[in-house]
Amino acid sequence: MSAAVTERSRQEYKAQEERLRAVWANPAGWRYWTSVNNYQIGLWYGSAAFAFMLFAGVLALLMRLQLAVPDNDFLSADVFNQAFTLHGTVMMFLFAVPIFEAVAIFLLPPMLGAREMPFPRLGAFSFWSFLLGGIFVCGSIFFNAAPSAGWFMYPPLATDKEFSGIGADIWLLGLSFIEVASIAAAVELIVGIMKCRAPGMRINLMPLFAWYLLIVAGMILFAFPPLIAGDLLFEMERMFDWPFFDAARGGDPLLWQHLFWIFGHPEVYIIFLPAIALMAMIVPTFSQRPIVGYSWIVLAAVGTGFLSFGLWVHHMFATGLPQISLAFFSAASEAVAIPTGVQIFVFIATMLAGRVIFSTPMLFGTGGLAIFIIGGLTGVMVALAPFDWQAHDTYFVVAHLHYVLIGGMLFPVVAGLYYYYPLIDAKKLSDRLGRLAFWLMFCGFNIAFFPMHLSGLRGMPRRVFTYPAEIGWDWLNLISTAGAFVFAAGVLVVVFDVLRPKHRQPRGEFNPWNAGTLEWISEPEENWGVRSIPIVRSRYPLWDQKDLARKVNEGRYYLPDAEDGWREGLVTTVLDAEPVQVLRVGGTSHVTIVSALSLGAAFIALTFHWWIATALAAIICFCAVIYWLWTGTGEIPEKPEKDVGLGLSLPLYASGPDSVGWWAMFITMVGDGTAFASLVFGYFFYWTIHADFTAGIAGPNVVWSLAAASLFAAAWGLMVAARTVNRRGATATMRGVLVLSLLTTVAASAAGLAAPWFPGMDPTRHVYPAIVWILVIWVLAHAALGTVMQAYCLARSLAGRLTPKHDMDLGNVVLYWHFLLITAVITFAIIGLFPAAM
Amino acid sequence: MRLVPKQIETLWTLFTAPVVWAAHFLVCYIGAAIYCAKPELVGLGFSAVRAGIAAATVIALSLIALSAWLAWRQWGFGTDDPPHDDPTRRDRTLFQGFATLLLSGLSFIAVIFTAMPALFVTECIR
Repeated sequence: MSAAVTERSRQEYKAQEERLRAVWANPAGWRYWTSVNNYQIGLWYGSAAFAFMLFAGVLALLMRLQLAVPDNDFLSADVFNQAFTLHGTVMMFLFAVPIFEAVAIFLLPPMLGAREMPFPRLGAFSFWSFLLGGIFVCGSIFFNAAPSAGWFMYPPLATDKEFSGIGADIWLLGLSFIEVASIAAAVELIVGIMKCRAPGMRINLMPLFAWYLLIVAGMILFAFPPLIAGDLLFEMERMFDWPFFDAARGGDPLLWQHLFWIFGHPEVYIIFLPAIALMAMIVPTFSQRPIVGYSWIVLAAVGTGFLSFGLWVHHMFATGLPQISLAFFSAASEAVAIPTGVQIFVFIATMLAGRVIFSTPMLFGTGGLAIFIIGGLTGVMVALAPFDWQAHDTYFVVAHLHYVLIGGMLFPVVAGLYYYYPLIDAKKLSDRLGRLAFWLMFCGFNIAFFPMHLSGLRGMPRRVFTYPAEIGWDWLNLISTAGAFVFAAGVLVVVFDVLRPKHRQPRGEFNPWNAGTLEWISEPEENWGVRSIPIVRSRYPLWDQKDLARKVNEGRYYLPDAEDGWREGLVTTVLDAEPVQVLRVGGTSHVTIVSALSLGAAFIALTFHWWIATALAAIICFCAVIYWLWTGTGEIPEKPEKDVGLGLSLPLYASGPDSVGWWAMFITMVGDGTAFASLVFGYFFYWTIHADFTAGIAGPNVVWSLAAASLFAAAWGLMVAARTVNRRGATATMRGVLVLSLLTTVAASAAGLAAPWFPGMDPTRHVYPAIVWILVIWVLAHAALGTVMQAYCLARSLAGRLTPKHDMDLGNVVLYWHFLLITAVITFAIIGLFPAAM
Repeated sequence: MRLVPKQIETLWTLFTAPVVWAAHFLVCYIGAAIYCAKPELVGLGFSAVRAGIAAATVIALSLIALSAWLAWRQWGFGTDDPPHDDPTRRDRTLFQGFATLLLSGLSFIAVIFTAMPALFVTECIR
């Protein structure tokens, strides 16, 4: 025991520890499931995603059995369609993306030296939404109702109710729900990485995993909303016959392809970058040296993040777009190979510069990279439009995408599982089983997928449920099937290794791989993340700050105690991580489960057109969320400041851009703005494809449109004024201004509704009225939410929970109104003025 | 008024060059797509599209070059070598400068990549 600890009485130290443990403890019994702690949520999230992966893997094996021999009748065509659609959908939406949200939620707090993510309840909400949506989508196949139009759901096949049945609705609504969960996770990750790092962890010292996750979360924010916008259009067509993708009434199926792939291509990198992020943690550990070219990795992560948005049309090379358009996307697809290559060279350089220990994680990591490189090379091939025209929709593409995704994602994930398992259970997984699993998976994978390049070049189209014998595909397919089962055997070994009882195995040592990053400080037995929040002075603190671990665990850094009975962490500045605030986060709660399940119930009821049930579930969800906000956010602390230890005292409350809530609102609204931009893109898309896109239909009334825009601007002005007068202490005036703003918003919405209403625009007649209506509805829905926020602020003020000094709620609502103003002005200017200008 | 912006303390400068790339990419793609969908709108030939892309490219490359120069300045004109992993404000700034410089280089190349089709494609064939 060091001198400092003996000075302090042992009892006091014990009492501190007990208080901290009690605050972070999980409830017992069935209430365990109400936990919001990042360890539990991360673990549940990851396990659920893994279970979905196994389910989708079984579907793949069924498909391989069907294709093993020609003219097979093991699966019917329809079941085969459902199997491949669900396989793709589940692997992408329920495994590849969520597994990283899971890993990030589990790892980031200890890695950043934080106690918890900034919004633990949001994380729990995200998990429960994901679980329910996932079970709903997966379960549909047992009722022969699974989506069957392919994982990218192209209309007109998928909009045709006769061919696609209810499966398409299940896909659309189930996944929209999960997309909401992803955006919630992105908000959590961005705020967590930017604002909740340990003091001293400047951005040049941040673990590379955090850099990657920051970029990925930013990508989610711009990639998922276009799909949500697309889902909205799609569901309006299926549910109410609005002809967005119906060519006979001016619609165009290509718009769906654009919106889907604006999401779909960045998604590939959203999946790939976090896997590479795991490698960026594993490679330095097993090379026993810092990474070579830290800045180059940042270059690669940011560069890939941006360039990946310039690739989406390469999924549409065969749709007859002008060649110059194809060429732009072909060029960007080649350019993205540069940052991708940089990362691989950085890893190779790190391994060359250190002494490599070829452990099981390294085996999976390097094996995966080798597979990924092959997939990358065929990617460069299909990025060339003329080659793509030959290979499009053949098994060549199936081989390419599996090489990229399994090499670039699944293998690194398994590497991560073997590497990080000691953080879950304090024990290592079996090295022998790991190596066996690797070789089964590596060989099985190549045996299964390499022949697909050849069957593709021999003309085998993807998604056929069988094929005739004499065509020359039979032995290639038989080999693929054999390989698929070898691969599956490898996966099974991993599953066995994870699930086998390990209680007879002794507890492993602390930091078993001798890694340098902070997450290895945390103990699986404890829920608090770190015993005290350290001061970080290195990229690899456990290597360079020799007694860091001991001092952290002796509670000699910040916040070693929880004397106020709150779960507390630190907020630090973005660039230099200087501590600026104590953040009190939400603890265990039912409200996350209730709101997630009721929101899920609303989506599910909507699928079956059970309108009353939908409305009921939506009302429950609304009440739950309001209760959650009222009781769990913007709490006025009992004292302005708190002593956090080491002679530092920090405020307990912040509002405006200093608060994490403001950032969460900002980030959410950026995503929301992207969805809106996608709808505007749709408007102009229809304009470009028609000589007269109004089809002679009278457009929205100009006067009402401009009136709506002006009234929204007035309501916004009043909101800004309300915030200002509140800060000056004029509470009563602020309440009056809020009410006035609310009434103006209602008037603005009525004017907005009048604009397309009075000319009698019928959204089912043609796509022009439909796209106008959808834009107007978008604004009106946001305005309705805006009035709820206004009423909420009013109620908070009346209840004494919003004061001149504690105005976080009002600050966040004004921020929402900035975005609402932009949305409303753009919408009404476009729909009112653009048709006249043309 | 100063021509060269002062050095500012923010994370956002890191993204300057890639944002320029994105804007250039969108201008080229949307411009060409609208022209090929509605050639009568402007009443000019495809050479006008190519000239427009050339102009956009020159502007984009100049902006990226400026961002690269600013990054080079932030990197202390290359006086220190990476890895810039000291726990100091100075090393944090140098790291930002170096990473921004690298991103400027990548964006510069990517903009040239995007512009190249205009050298070879001479009409709106589909």
